[in-house]
Amino acid sequence: MSNLPILSIVTFLPLFGALITFLIWEDSEVARRNVRYVALFTTVITFIVSLGIWVNFDNSQSGFQMVEKVEWIREGGISYHMGVDGISMLFIILTTFLMPFCILASWESVTNRLREYMIAFLILETLMIGVFAALDIVLFYVFFEAGLIPMFLIIGVWGGARRVYASLKFFLYTLLGSVLMLLAIMAMYWHSGTTDIPTLLAHEFSADMQFWLWLAFFASFAVKMPMWPVHTWLPDAHVEAPTAGSVILAGILLKMGGYGFLRFSLPMFPLASADMQNFVFVLSVIAIVYTSLVALMQEDIKKLIAYSSVAHMGYVTMGIFAANAQGVQGAIFQMLAHGLVSGALFLCVGVVYDRMHTRDIAAYGGLVNNMPKYAVAFLIFTMANVGLPGTAGFVGEFLTLLGAFQANTWVALVATLGVILSAAYALWLYRRVVFGALDKEALKSMLDLNTREKCILYPLVFFVILYGVYPGPIFDVTQASVDALLVDYNSSIAKSVAAAGQ
Amino acid sequence: MFDQIPNLWLAGVELWLAGGAMVLLMLGAFAGEDSSRTVTGFSVALLVLAALSLVLRPEIGEAFHGAFVMDTFAQVMKVVVLIGAAAAIAMSVGFARMENFSRFEYPILIVLATLGMMIMISANDLITLYMGLELQSLALYVLAAINRDSLRSTEAGLKYFVLGALSSGMLLYGSSLIYGFTGHTSFEGIATAMESGRNLGLIFGIVFVLAGLAFKISAVPFHMWTPDVYEGAPTPVTAFFAAAPKVAAMAMLVRVVHGAFEPAAIDWRQIITFISIASMVLGAFAAIGQTNIKRLMAYSSIGHMGFALVGLAAGTQSGVSGVVLYMIIYMVMTLGAFACILCMRRSDGIVEQIDDLKGLSKNNPMMALVLTALMFSLAGIPPLAGFWAKYFVFLAAIQAELYTLSVIGVLASVVGAFYYLRVVKVMWFDDPEPGFLPMAGELKVVLAISGLFTIFYVVIAGPMSDIATAAAATFF
Repeated sequence: MSNLPILSIVTFLPLFGALITFLIWEDSEVARRNVRYVALFTTVITFIVSLGIWVNFDNSQSGFQMVEKVEWIREGGISYHMGVDGISMLFIILTTFLMPFCILASWESVTNRLREYMIAFLILETLMIGVFAALDIVLFYVFFEAGLIPMFLIIGVWGGARRVYASLKFFLYTLLGSVLMLLAIMAMYWHSGTTDIPTLLAHEFSADMQFWLWLAFFASFAVKMPMWPVHTWLPDAHVEAPTAGSVILAGILLKMGGYGFLRFSLPMFPLASADMQNFVFVLSVIAIVYTSLVALMQEDIKKLIAYSSVAHMGYVTMGIFAANAQGVQGAIFQMLAHGLVSGALFLCVGVVYDRMHTRDIAAYGGLVNNMPKYAVAFLIFTMANVGLPGTAGFVGEFLTLLGAFQANTWVALVATLGVILSAAYALWLYRRVVFGALDKEALKSMLDLNTREKCILYPLVFFVILYGVYPGPIFDVTQASVDALLVDYNSSIAKSVAAAGQ
Repeated sequence: MFDQIPNLWLAGVELWLAGGAMVLLMLGAFAGEDSSRTVTGFSVALLVLAALSLVLRPEIGEAFHGAFVMDTFAQVMKVVVLIGAAAAIAMSVGFARMENFSRFEYPILIVLATLGMMIMISANDLITLYMGLELQSLALYVLAAINRDSLRSTEAGLKYFVLGALSSGMLLYGSSLIYGFTGHTSFEGIATAMESGRNLGLIFGIVFVLAGLAFKISAVPFHMWTPDVYEGAPTPVTAFFAAAPKVAAMAMLVRVVHGAFEPAAIDWRQIITFISIASMVLGAFAAIGQTNIKRLMAYSSIGHMGFALVGLAAGTQSGVSGVVLYMIIYMVMTLGAFACILCMRRSDGIVEQIDDLKGLSKNNPMMALVLTALMFSLAGIPPLAGFWAKYFVFLAAIQAELYTLSVIGVLASVVGAFYYLRVVKVMWFDDPEPGFLPMAGELKVVLAISGLFTIFYVVIAGPMSDIATAAAATFF
C-alpha cells in the first residue's frame, strides 16, 4: 500500500475524469446526463480515495509523508515532488470533500455548455489538490497559477451580469501578486541551489534577503487570501461566479493564501515574519473590523458573505503571524471550518437563487414559513459563521484570538469587535431573508429543499456541528507539524537574537 | 582548391536549399502558374529533408576559413527555422486556393529566405552575416508585397523595404566602424582585438550593429514597421514573418554578442537591457487598443522579443539557454496562433477583427480550445509552454541580479495578459457570430501540433531544456 503513489492518484484522478467528459462529444439530453454523472462519480471516487491519505497518515510524524519524487527538469533543478504533512493534508481532504457538492449544486442550474463546465471544475480540482500536495516550489507555483485559467472561465462563462469585469479583475489581480512571487522563487533557487521545499525549509536565508522574499510572497498570498486592502477582487468575483464557483473560491482558493503563509513565509523567512508581525496584525485587524462594517451594509447576499469571508480570513492571518501554537492551530482550523461554512452558505444562497434568480436581500423575507428545513440549515450555518460555541466556526476564531492575545493584547482586543460585528451582519441578514412576513407573491410558491439539496446541505450541517463539539481529529493531524514548525521558527529567531547580542 | 571540399559538407544544408530553389524556379518558370502546387509540395519536402539531415547527421566545424561555423547552437536553431519555414509554406496552401493566390514564386522565395537565415545562423564573420541577412531580407521584401493587386500588401512591402534598407545601412556602417577600429571582420578577430581595449569608435560600431539587428527582430525602438507589415501582408506571409525570421535574427544576435562582442559585454548588456525593457513595455501597452488580430500579434511579437532579450541581457549560459528555449516555444505558439487566424474565413471572405472570434467556443469548440490554450500560453500562464519560456529567461536574469529588469518584465507580462485574456473573453463570453468555414486540412495539422506542444509541454520540458542547454554551451 505504501508503494502506491496515492497523492498522484488523488491529484490526477479528476483530470482523468475531465478527459472522459471531454470524450462525450455529442450534445443530447442523454449525453448531458452522462456528463453530470461522470463528474459526480469522479469527484466522489476522488474523495473516497483521498480518505486513504488520512487513513495512512501518521499523526505522530511532523515531516512529509507519502512522498513521491521524480526528476523533471534537470536544467532548473525542478522535480515532480509530492508529499503531505499535518498542515497540508486536511486541505486536500477539504477539497475533495467539497467538490461533489459543487457538482451537485450545478446539477440543474447549469444547462449552458455543461460539458465544458464540468471539465473546468474537474481540472480545477486537480490543480487545487496539486497546490497542497506539491513539495517542489516551482511545481507548487505551476498548480497555484494554473488554477486561474479554469476559474477565469468559470466566472466569465457561467457568471452573472458583470462577469467579464469580475473575471478579468480576478485574473489580473492574482496574476500581479503571483509574478513577484515567481521572481522570489527564482532568487531562492540561485541562493540555495534547489527548488525542493523540504530542503528550502532547512535552508537559512540572510535576514536582508528574507525581507524581500517575504514581501514578494506576501504580495501573492495577501491577494489570494485576500487581505485588506487588496481584497477588492473578491466581492466582485464572488457575486458574479456561479454558486459552485463561489463555493470553490471561498472554500479552497482563499485557503491557498493561508497555506502559503504557513508553508513558505513563516518557516522559510522566520526573521522577516517576526519583523513584519505588527504589519500583518494591523492589516488583519483592519480587515476584521472594516470589512465586517462593510458587510453590514450590503444589499446583495453573496456580497455580504464575500465580505464576511474577508473578515474571517483576517482571523487566519492574525493567528498565523501570532506564531504560537494556539494561533497557528487556530488558523488552520479556522480555514478548514470556514471552507465548510462559507461553502455551505454559498450553497444556501444557491438554493434560493435557483428559485428566484436574484441575490437582492430585499427580494426575500419570510422564507421560514414555507421553507422550514432550509431555514434550519441556513440558521446553523449562520451561527457557525458568527462563531457560536458548538459549531466549527467557534473553535478557530477562539484559538486565533487566544494566540493573538498572547502575542499582542491590543490586537486581540480590537479583533474581538469583529465577533460582535459578525453576529450583527449575519443575524441581520438571516432576519431579513428568513424571518418577517411572507408578503411577496413570488416567494409564496417556493418549495422547500428537494432531495438533491438535502444531500448537499445535511452532510455539511453534520460536519459543522461535529467539528464544533469534537475538533480533536483535526488537531491530532496538525499538531506534530505545527509544533515542529514553531520550534524551527523560534530557534531561528533565538539564533538571530543571540547573533545580534554578541 | 580541393582542400575546400570537406568544408562544403558543413554547408551541405545551404547548398541543398540553394540548388533546390534553383531547380524549383526552373520548374515553375517552364511549367507556368499551374505548377504552384507541385512547387509548394517540393519546397516543403526540401525544407523537411534539410531539417532531417541536420538532426540525423550533424556536422560540427568551421568552413571557409572560419567565416562559416556549424555548431550545436547553429544545428538547433537551423532545425527550428526549417520547421518554421516548412510550416509557413504548408499553411499557405488553403489560402492560395481560396484567394486565387497561387504563385509558384511564393514557396521559392520562402526557401531562399530560409537559405539566408541558415547563413545568418552560421555566420561567423561580418561579411557572411551581411550576405545572409540581405539574402533573407530581399526575399522577405518581395514576399511582403507578393499580393501585387492589393494596395495594402504593396504598401507593406514598400514600407518594409525602405525601413529594412535603412537598418541594413546602419548595420553596414557599424560593421565598417568595427572593421576600422579592430582590423578584423571575423568574430574571433574582433573579440581578440576588443580585449586589448575599446574606444568610442568601437562602441559606436557596436551600437550601430545592434540597432541593425534589433530592427530584424522588431525590438523597440526599431519596431515601427512591424504592425503595418503584419497587417498589410497576406496572412500566410505574416505567419512566416512572425516565426522563422525572428528565430534566425535572434540566433544571429546571440552569436554576434557572444562571439564577437564578448569582451564588451558590459556595453552591450546595457543596450540589450534597454531594448528589452522598451519592447516588453511597448508590446504590452500598445497591444491593448488593437482591434485587428494581426496587429495584435504584431505587438505581441514585439513584446515577446523583449522577453527573449531578457535572457540575452543576463549574458550568461543559462541566459542563452533561456533565449533558445524562448524562441523555440515562441515559434510554435506563433504558428499555432496564425493557423487560427488563417481559419478566420466566412463565406464572404477573410475576416481579421478580434470581434469576429465572438462565440467561437460555440461554433468551433476545438479551435477555440486550442486558441485559448495558445493565448494563455502567450500570456505566460503555467503549465503551458509559454510559462516555461518566460521562466527560464527570468531565471537567468535573476541569476545575473538584473532585478529591475525582471520586475519590469513580469509586470509587463501582467499587462500583456490583459489583451490575451480579451481574445479569450471574446471567444468564450460573448454571443456567437456566424461560424467560420471549415478548416483546411494542413491548418488542422499545424494547429494540432502547436496545441499539443503548448498544452503538454510539461511532459517534454526536461528534454527541451537539455537541448537548449546543449545549444547554449557552444558559447561558454
